Amino acid sequence: MHELGIAHEVLEAVRKEATRLNGQRPTKVGVRIGELAAVDPEALHFCFDALVQETGLAPLELEIEFCPRRHRCPQCNEVFAVVDYAVACPRCGNPRTEFVSGDELELAYLEVSDYEPLATGR
Amino acid sequence: MNRLPLEGKVLKENDRIALELRERYAAHGVLCLNLVSSPGSGKTSLLERTLEHWPAGERVAVLTGDIQTENDAQRLRRFGFPVKQITTGGTCHLDARMIQRALEDWRLEDLDLLLVENVGNLVCPSSYDLGEAAKVVVLSVTEGEDKPLKYPSMFFKSELMVLNKTDLLPYVPFVVEKAIENAQRVHPQMEVLKVSCLKGDGLPQWMQWLKRRRDTFLTTLPASANRS
Repeated sequence: MHELGIAHEVLEAVRKEATRLNGQRPTKVGVRIGELAAVDPEALHFCFDALVQETGLAPLELEIEFCPRRHRCPQCNEVFAVVDYAVACPRCGNPRTEFVSGDELELAYLEVSDYEPLATGR
Repeated sequence: MNRLPLEGKVLKENDRIALELRERYAAHGVLCLNLVSSPGSGKTSLLERTLEHWPAGERVAVLTGDIQTENDAQRLRRFGFPVKQITTGGTCHLDARMIQRALEDWRLEDLDLLLVENVGNLVCPSSYDLGEAAKVVVLSVTEGEDKPLKYPSMFFKSELMVLNKTDLLPYVPFVVEKAIENAQRVHPQMEVLKVSCLKGDGLPQWMQWLKRRRDTFLTTLPASANRS
């Protein structure tokens, strides 16, 4: 259940960014989570929604972009999503392919409204 | 409505400290390994056997993490090497700051190998970089062969799988080949060692692996690093 700590870090990042916004209000924060990140999106939403109430940033929405595991074939350069641990290249059959992405735990974007002032400067 | 790009990892504060630790380990030629597993797979037993067979006077230390109790540190201290317990007080994983604090009164220049025993948990510890050179995952034969498929993140991020409690193989339906196949489906380059911490089988290979891994680690360091 480390999603609580992760939700806290996401909100900290938003809080820091919000101080630079000149009165614009953050409405949505986007994060990218890879299938190998060991983070459960549902648990993260649950923790985020609970914590955001305490921050003065509410209402603030969390959007999670789930990123599949991707590999690249060093022989034919095909980049493909790995489904059910099948890492062989679907194009040329090469069994030895290289990990490209899928362990993301990254901040992606912040959506801000132009019209509402920030409710709190915390 | 405007969309502003946000940069960086969610756990960037942890990653910043982990990078600091990694640089300190490199500067002093200390190989740090992060031992992970579910509860009861035998991380502490593996450490006990490691310290028991470690040549006296050689420079190894252990940080052992648990939610509560000093039990593991007490088990490990009797071998005479530096051991420190980190009690997380409820947190399900170690993070880089806990390691940084634990190392405050230790001199890294006095060490060659630092073994970190994480909290028994195959999920959360995989998200937290501790500055280690490699993760070692312990799986015991009383668990399911499909653990690597159920907890892919941890097996994907581990360099070596130690298959423990092999002395129990005659009594359990565990198929070693299946477990290795599953681990290598998740992580095709995964190395595997079969050991019995109770009977001692495979421990010489584990000790050789540690020595080889430290040699490899030293070759990755810039020539300026202090390797004494």
